[in-house]
Amino acid sequence: MKLSQLTIHEASDLLTKGDISSVELTTDVFSRIDQIEDQVKAYITQNREPALQQAEAADQARRDGEVAPLCGIPLAIKDVICTKGLTTTAGSRILENFTPPYDATVMEKLQAQGAVCLGKVSMDEFAMGSGNENCAFGTPKNPWSLDHICGGSSGGSAAAVAADECLASLGSDTGGSIRQPASHCGVVGIKPTYGRVSRFGLLAFASSLDQIGPLSKDVTDAALLLNGICGHDPRDSTSAAQKSEDYLAALQDGLSGLTVGIPQEYFGPGLNSEVETAVRHGIDLLVEAGATIKEVSLPHTEYGVAAYYIIAPAEASSNLARYDGVRYGHRNSDADSLIDLYRRSRSEGFGDEVKRRILIGTYALSSGYYDAYYKKASQVRTLIVNDYTEAFSQCDVLASPVSPIPAWKIGEKASDPLSVYLSDLLTIPANLAGIPGMSVPCGFSSTGLPIGLQLQAGHFQEATLIKTAYNLEQRLEITNKKPALG
Amino acid sequence: MEFEIVIGLEIHAQMKTKSKIFCNCTTEFGRPPNSNTCPVCLAMPGVLPVLNKQVVEFGIRLGLATNSQITRTNQFARKNYFYPDLPKGYQISQFDLPICEHGHVDIEVDGTSSRIGLTRIHMEEDAGKLVHDDSAPKSYVDLNRAGTPLLEIVSEPDIRSPEQAVAYLRKLHAIVTYLNICDGNMQEGSFRCDANISLRPMGQEELGTRTELKNMNSFRNVQRGLEYEVRRQRDILLDGGAVVQQTLLWDPDKNQTNAMRGKEEAHDYRYFPDPDLVPVVIDDEWIARVEESLPELPEQRCQRFQDKIGLSADAATILTSERALADYFEGAMAVYPNAKKLANWIMTEVMREMKGKEGMSIATFPVSPKDLGGLLAIMDKGTISGKIAKTVFEEMIASGKDSETIVKEKNLVQVSDEGEILQMVQEIIAANPDQVGQFKEGKTKLMGFFVGQLMKASKGKANPKMANQLFGKELKK
Repeated sequence: MKLSQLTIHEASDLLTKGDISSVELTTDVFSRIDQIEDQVKAYITQNREPALQQAEAADQARRDGEVAPLCGIPLAIKDVICTKGLTTTAGSRILENFTPPYDATVMEKLQAQGAVCLGKVSMDEFAMGSGNENCAFGTPKNPWSLDHICGGSSGGSAAAVAADECLASLGSDTGGSIRQPASHCGVVGIKPTYGRVSRFGLLAFASSLDQIGPLSKDVTDAALLLNGICGHDPRDSTSAAQKSEDYLAALQDGLSGLTVGIPQEYFGPGLNSEVETAVRHGIDLLVEAGATIKEVSLPHTEYGVAAYYIIAPAEASSNLARYDGVRYGHRNSDADSLIDLYRRSRSEGFGDEVKRRILIGTYALSSGYYDAYYKKASQVRTLIVNDYTEAFSQCDVLASPVSPIPAWKIGEKASDPLSVYLSDLLTIPANLAGIPGMSVPCGFSSTGLPIGLQLQAGHFQEATLIKTAYNLEQRLEITNKKPALG
Repeated sequence: MEFEIVIGLEIHAQMKTKSKIFCNCTTEFGRPPNSNTCPVCLAMPGVLPVLNKQVVEFGIRLGLATNSQITRTNQFARKNYFYPDLPKGYQISQFDLPICEHGHVDIEVDGTSSRIGLTRIHMEEDAGKLVHDDSAPKSYVDLNRAGTPLLEIVSEPDIRSPEQAVAYLRKLHAIVTYLNICDGNMQEGSFRCDANISLRPMGQEELGTRTELKNMNSFRNVQRGLEYEVRRQRDILLDGGAVVQQTLLWDPDKNQTNAMRGKEEAHDYRYFPDPDLVPVVIDDEWIARVEESLPELPEQRCQRFQDKIGLSADAATILTSERALADYFEGAMAVYPNAKKLANWIMTEVMREMKGKEGMSIATFPVSPKDLGGLLAIMDKGTISGKIAKTVFEEMIASGKDSETIVKEKNLVQVSDEGEILQMVQEIIAANPDQVGQFKEGKTKLMGFFVGQLMKASKGKANPKMANQLFGKELKK
């Protein structure tokens, strides 16, 4: 087996034993990248030299007794997370040459543990999209079928994990952007509880919804990586004071005593039958593991997409105002007035989807429309929170599909943004409510495209998600299947 | 036709916190451009604001001092607009849940007191500054001030004259400086105000069309600007015209208001709650703690100056109008306890010296309170005369030396030796036989002439009381 195919925990064991070095591991991952990146196109920026230096430092740290499981582990980072000295574009022309002079809190944490940063991976521009087709620097391909999308917006993060172009990665999830690409690429992804992971250094799309989380080859790695990035951060006022817990402790076999809720609204019309079959099979495996099943209802699910496409663009319209060409980022050099400078710099710097959402958001916040849109959407948000509160009074965890359909063909939905928006209906509610959600592989479509099962739990119940996902993974017969690449 | 003036003021008071409202950068004034900045106040991608709790504390202080209701759950909101001095493209402010509401202060103009309502006080961040180089033409952005905390104090349209506006402004100025939350410097813009002003026919309920007046950076300019605008609006209305709603800038050099240049766009600020900041909850305990630590306020100090120190109401009002002035008075009193005489000196000599001098304030006054007390003390002792005291005072201002040093150096000690003065008296009588004759015939007014001659001869050092007595005695002979 190639080193690049290792999981974090496997690699960590070998590193601890001294069987391999981080330099060997990192070098092997870069050869894998050399071998298949032309096909997958997961990376926007590779961090070769610094990564190898970090690997050397990690090897030294291990020799000096460092025991952090992430020490020496090569990771890919979504290009929306600030990396000091390393270009951070958010997939946008407007930040094509932007190099942050600071690290995101998650990067500081990873570095402190000796993790290696391989580079920055592709994403929909400013995390706006579901297929990673809105990146200014090209569309990464689904490693399982190169003419299909890998999902979005953390498409590069999911593709890089699936293609063994990293051991694991970080993504961000505003309306499903970790879970959906994880599902489409057959990897594990967790969107933590809002506030569980610091947002400092995460380029904001929709501040009240954004959350950084791990994408990994298995559930154990997701727990390990979440351990490494979570915790309170005084630089993020919305970060929770909640003490960190060790998510590895959740990796226990058996689910007796656990009630799994099946939200009926998540199995409605529009759900692809192959997706449904795979998800139902996954639920059967949870029952095998000892869980009890209960039908529950989340009656306001259908309003989630509408509320989301008010709140997220509204926040985005304000969050993206700082990209004005004045201090950093793309700046038009022919502008003859201030307004002209703004207009041209932003027109040239932003792509269509970003512009569309800035327009929607600006409109929704406008005087005279605020009550009808933003305020109403906020009220819907409360109803969705109430739905979950009611559901979690009857069950511990919810099981459902992640996406109603498997990955679509690249370009297939280019002229139909609305159908893309609607495909997020099963992942959006968790962001609106701030609860944690997870995608774990549960099968394949007849054409070989991965299908994920979504788990959702109450605030700060990531351990429940991990435990449930781990039991599914243990009983699933496909875990080691790899895409046929290269 | 008689018109009623309706004025409302919006005051921006810069908070005297060490660091900015949402980051750790210093708020120090006068540093090189963009040196007080960090990724947060530069609005680099991905950074987040963290509230400086001191600003909330200052807001509570001001709320308590202005009889306001303190909002228990505070929310920050984003005010969205594009301008290069606003790096985020929005200003973090408060919208529907400001920290204080429904307050009031009482003011007095010409013996009539009135109550001015405070609609709201809210916390917000200041913007940066643009520096224009018209010769280039280029504009530069200095973000040192971006993120400096402000409290915006919005009054009800309860003000009925420019005099009342100034009295209200002085009152708020006194309060924020007493509370030690703002340095009150109007020149540097750390205490600034905009006015909304309209006229309506006396007795009419409905408000007239208002204009907004900006750029009045001193009490005097507020008064003059408002007076000008009242006249301008009155003339328009009397001519049967209509006041245009617009923003005007006061030009203190030309003594007129001008419409703000550039197109006046109707801004839609698209306020919405800032998702990066969690609501700030102020509980009873916090309010009680702030209340306990509140310093003496101008009204309380004014009362104490009357009740405990025995000053007249007028003197107490003048001396407490500025915290620094009252502090100066009390500092001098520690050395020189004759409060009334001291008060008079400060209100006449000290204030005369400061009047009309650019940049001169009691805080920068070259004579320390202790030295002023010392001067009055040696005057009382008879070491120097009152007349000499004024000379010494001027010398103290010029040199910064204390009174005793100056008196010694310049040999200004008053001559109170009876023999010495008597000798001079006799010489003057001998040298002026005509005047002596007239005096003896009943022209007693000539006493002034004799004393004057003696003061001239003694270079002002002779004890005038003694001189009077001795002349009286000698001229009777």
